[in-house]
Amino acid sequence: MYNKGTIIPGLVIFVLLVTFPIWFNAFSTASTVPKIELPPGGEKECVASATEMRAKHMVLLNEWRDDVLRSGNKTAVTVGGKEYRRGLQTACMQCHTNKDKFCDSCHTYTSVNVYCWDCHLTPDVAAAKKEKH
Amino acid sequence: MDKQRRTFLKLAGATALAGLSAPVVVNLNATPAMASAAAAGHGEEKRQGMRLGLLIDMRKLYGRTDLLDKATEACHRVHNVPKIEGKKSEIKWIWKTAYANAFIDQSVNHASKTTRESEFLVLCNHCDEPPCVRVCPTKATFVEKKTGIVAMDYHRCIGCRFCMMGCPYGARSFNWMDPQPLLKSVNPDFPARMRGVVEKCNFCGERLALGKEPACVEAVKEVGAIIFGDLNDPNSEISKVLDREHTIQRNAALGTKPSVFYIV
Repeated sequence: MYNKGTIIPGLVIFVLLVTFPIWFNAFSTASTVPKIELPPGGEKECVASATEMRAKHMVLLNEWRDDVLRSGNKTAVTVGGKEYRRGLQTACMQCHTNKDKFCDSCHTYTSVNVYCWDCHLTPDVAAAKKEKH
Repeated sequence: MDKQRRTFLKLAGATALAGLSAPVVVNLNATPAMASAAAAGHGEEKRQGMRLGLLIDMRKLYGRTDLLDKATEACHRVHNVPKIEGKKSEIKWIWKTAYANAFIDQSVNHASKTTRESEFLVLCNHCDEPPCVRVCPTKATFVEKKTGIVAMDYHRCIGCRFCMMGCPYGARSFNWMDPQPLLKSVNPDFPARMRGVVEKCNFCGERLALGKEPACVEAVKEVGAIIFGDLNDPNSEISKVLDREHTIQRNAALGTKPSVFYIV
């Protein structure tokens, strides 16, 4: 082979440059998959399995909304012996009390802008302004 | 030649007659549909099944402004309605107003002193023929079929305010500003609204689901001034009182068929 001394290092440098994104990401902390916080209260069960909830929670929320609000079926659902009053504030946020570490961590990561909190009260607001009886 | 002309004229006459009478036949066929629409008379109840209504016995509330305020306060507290000063921006689900404002078509000269000086509790009438539902372009406001409640889906409201134009009772308020920061205390079980949507009384649908009475009914329980129940159930308390007492409705002549009745 002619010019072995130039070609081999050149190839090595080329491969390193081309694969830069792969090995750079392996050591960098610029983007990490968010770790969501499990319910602080220690609840282990949800209305569906974790995989299903991860993939379809938005569909479920829409179904609940339409059924409760539009069809007027304001009944609770019982899953695994626990009763859930279908609703973002009345079911989901009862266990997942930290919106920042649960909802926002993934939504921010995936750049999803939800409008739930335009109207619905976050657990923080609800706790801070909860009426005293 | 003569005979031919005679046959021709006969034929022409018969054709003309057939042509004239044909539309009459069509019109006659069309009338029954219109007749049946007219048969549903004024004040007749259209919807079958449950139709929730409210009866406010004003005799128990005269001179008790504190109770009227208590009802408003209770309602606005459980539904996260902020207190905003000013006629333009205020949000109200249930409020008090003078007789002449509440019963525009029934205010008369020489009304009694009580009538003139008292304030009346008014709210969404949950009409059987709701104009707000008719004008809503997104179906954000609709009649809940199970209960007859004129409900709102705030997710769908685009804030066009057609419903506010449509409602003859002023029962709808528009959120000119974000209501959440204006709430001093909240009911954590109920959402607030956002800037740019219209809101109104929901007959406490969420409380009824839990087996509770509407907040206003509960607030004036000490005098029992408000009766809540199914207008289509002849055995309900409200139906019995309606049978017994003379009641009036706000602007009944408009044909909206309100579900809120008053004893004045």
